[in-house]
Amino acid sequence: MKVLIIEDDPQASAYLKKALDEAGHVADVAADGDTGYHMAANGAHDAWIVDRMLPRRDGLSMLSQLRAEGHRTPALILSALGEVDDRVTGLRAGGDDYLTKPYAFSELLARLEVLQRRNGQGEAETVLHVGDLELNRLSRQVIRAGQEITLQPREFRLLEHLMRHAGQVVTRTMLLEQVWDYHFDPQTNVIDVHVSRLRAKIEKGFDRPLLHTVRGAGYILKA
Amino acid sequence: MAIASGLRAMMKTTAVRLSALYLVLFGLTAVALVFYMTSLAAGFFIGETRRAVQEEIASLGTVYQRSGMRGLVVSIDRRARAPGAFVYLVADPTGRIIAGNVRDLQPGVLDSEGWTREPFYYTRFRDGRDDSANGDGDGQPDIIADKDRPHAMAQIFRFENGLLILVGRDLGEPQRFRTVVRRALALALGLMGIGGLLIWFFVGRRALKRIDAVSQASSGIIAGDLSRRLPVSGSNDEFDRLSDSLNALLARIEHLNTGLREVSDSIAHDLKTPLTRLRNRAEEALRKAESPQAWRSAIENMVGEADQLIGIFNAMLQISRVEAGYTKFEAAPVDLAMVAADVADLYEPLAEEAGGSLVSDVREGLVVSGSRELIGQALTNLVDNAIKYGTDPQAGEASAITLSATSKAGTIRLTVTDAGKGIPAEDRKRAVRRFVRLDESRSQPGSGLGLSLVDAIMRQHGGSLELETAPSGGLAASLVFPVEAVGPKSPSN
Repeated sequence: MKVLIIEDDPQASAYLKKALDEAGHVADVAADGDTGYHMAANGAHDAWIVDRMLPRRDGLSMLSQLRAEGHRTPALILSALGEVDDRVTGLRAGGDDYLTKPYAFSELLARLEVLQRRNGQGEAETVLHVGDLELNRLSRQVIRAGQEITLQPREFRLLEHLMRHAGQVVTRTMLLEQVWDYHFDPQTNVIDVHVSRLRAKIEKGFDRPLLHTVRGAGYILKA
Repeated sequence: MAIASGLRAMMKTTAVRLSALYLVLFGLTAVALVFYMTSLAAGFFIGETRRAVQEEIASLGTVYQRSGMRGLVVSIDRRARAPGAFVYLVADPTGRIIAGNVRDLQPGVLDSEGWTREPFYYTRFRDGRDDSANGDGDGQPDIIADKDRPHAMAQIFRFENGLLILVGRDLGEPQRFRTVVRRALALALGLMGIGGLLIWFFVGRRALKRIDAVSQASSGIIAGDLSRRLPVSGSNDEFDRLSDSLNALLARIEHLNTGLREVSDSIAHDLKTPLTRLRNRAEEALRKAESPQAWRSAIENMVGEADQLIGIFNAMLQISRVEAGYTKFEAAPVDLAMVAADVADLYEPLAEEAGGSLVSDVREGLVVSGSRELIGQALTNLVDNAIKYGTDPQAGEASAITLSATSKAGTIRLTVTDAGKGIPAEDRKRAVRRFVRLDESRSQPGSGLGLSLVDAIMRQHGGSLELETAPSGGLAASLVFPVEAVGPKSPSN
C-alpha cells in the first residue's frame, strides 16, 4: 500500500514512515498543508494520513477541497483533539476514520488496512466464510463444519464484524466503535470478555483455532 | 497638601462630576425660570395698569359729559395733586403742557393717539407743581438716565379743539425692579451653589470612600488572597450590586483556581507516580535485561504504563474541557432505555466474569436531550465502578447490579444500583473529586477520574450525579437529568 503522510512534526512522520516501511508499505511525507494538497491531488496513493493542525493550511480544509474535487482516496485523520464534536467535524470534512494522538501504531495500521480494503469486501455478501466457519446474514445462522452454533445477538454482530475483516487485525477500540458505536476507550477488558466468549463458542470442540489474539494490537480472524 | 490632593481625587469621581453638571443645569434653569416669571409678571402688571387707566378714563369721561372741557381740566388738575395719583397731562395743540402732574416726558409720545405702544419714561412734579423740590435741594432736576426714569403706560386723546389729554399710570422704576430680581436671583444661585458644594463634598467623599474600600480589597485579591471579597455595605445600592457581581465573579475564579490547584497537585502525584514507575522499569530493563524475551516483556510493560498515562491524561483533558465549558455537543434526543441496554450488553459478560450480574430494567420512552456518546460514557463509568468496587461483602465478588430509571419531580434519574458496601455519606462528596480514590479502591487499578468525569458530563447536560444508599445497603449512583432537557428535537441534527 502506498501511503501519503501529511504531518508537520518531522519526528512523528519519520517514525510513521519507518513503521509503515517495516509493515511492508511505502510512505511519502508532506510537511505542510499546501505540499500535502499537491501530492495528494496526484492521486498516486492508496491512503492519506492527515494531521489536523498543519502549517499553511489546516488538514480539514485541505481534505474538504480534495473531496470536493472528486478524490476518493481513503483518509485517516490524526488529531490531538479527541472530543466527540471534533471527531464529527473531522468525518464531515471527508475523513474516513479518526484517530486521536497519541495512538498505538498497531491501531493506526489496523485502521489503515481496514480503510484500504473497505470497499467491496464483505459489504454485499449474504454469506461470509472463514475456513469452515460460515455466517449467513439473512437467516442469522452460524455454522462451523456443518454444526450450527447458537450465538447471542451481540456475539453475532461481533463475529460478523470480525468475519467481514477476516485476515485483518481488528483492535479493541475498533470493535467498540463498530459493534457498540461508542468512541471512548473501554476502561477495562470489556472487549476481551466478549471476544473470549465468542471464541469459546466458535472454537470449542473444533481442533483449529480461528480467532487469534495479536499481542499489543487486537484480534484477527483467519483460518 | 493632603486635603488638596484629596480634593483633586474627589474632583475626579463620577459623583462629583455629576453633581457639578447638575448644579450648572439647575442654575441655568433657575435663571431662565426667573426671566420667564419676570416677563409674565410684567405682562400681568401692564394688563392691570391698562384696566385701571381704562376705569379712570371712564370716570373722567363722565366728568366731561357732565361739565364739559373746562370741568374735565379742573378735575384732572385736582386729581393730579392727590397722593398716589395717576399720570395726567393736558397739552395745547403745540404740545405745551398746561395741566397735570407731568413735568416732561419721552419725546414723540404725544404724537400718536390711543394707547402708547410701549411704556414711556417721564418726570413727575414731586409735590404738586413744585418742580424745584427734587430732594437734594440744589434746585436742579436730578440727572437720571432716561431708561432709569419712571415709566408709565397711558392713553392719549386729542379733542377737536386741538387739546391733548394723556391719562396713564406709573409703572415704577425699572431700576428698582431689576435690582430686586437680580438680588433674588443672586440669592437663589448662591444657595444652590452652597448646596451643590455640600452635596459635592459629601457624595464625592462617600463615593470615594467606597471606591477606596473596593480598591483596597482588590489589591489584596490581586496580591493573591483569592478568598477575600469586596465590602458590601448592606444598603443594596449600586455599589453593593456591583460588589455582589464582582464577588460572584471572584467566587467563580476561586473555584476554578482551586480546581487548577487540585489538578496540579494531582498531576504532581497521580501522573508522576506512573511516570516514575515507567522510568524505573526502563532503568531496570537497561540494568538487568539480558535475553530478548526479558527486553520484550520489559518494553511491553512500559507500553502498558504509557497507555495508562495516556488514559489518565485523556480523562483529565476531557474533564477540564467540560468544566471550562468549551466542550460542545449537538444535543439530540437520547432514549435512556437504549443507552442502558447498550451498556448492559457491553458490560454484562464482564459482570458475570467478576461473579455478579448486570440487568437493565429501564422502560422505554424516557428521553433526555444530550449526547448519547457522553451519557453512555458516564453510565459505563458507573457500571465499571459498580463491578470493581460494589463487591458483595460476603462473597467478595461482584454483586447484582441493576440499571433502572425513574421520572419524578421534574427530573429523570438513571440509576446504577449495586449490592456492595456502598460509600459512607461523608465520603460521597469527596469521591466525585478529581483523583480522589477512596481507601477501598486504592488496591484496584484506576485513575480516580471516573466519577469526576461522570460529574462533569452531567453538569454539561444541566444535570448532576447523585450518590445514595440503595435499599440493599449498596451504592445507588444516579445520573439526574432535568426534565426541561426533554425538548423538541435540536434543529442542528
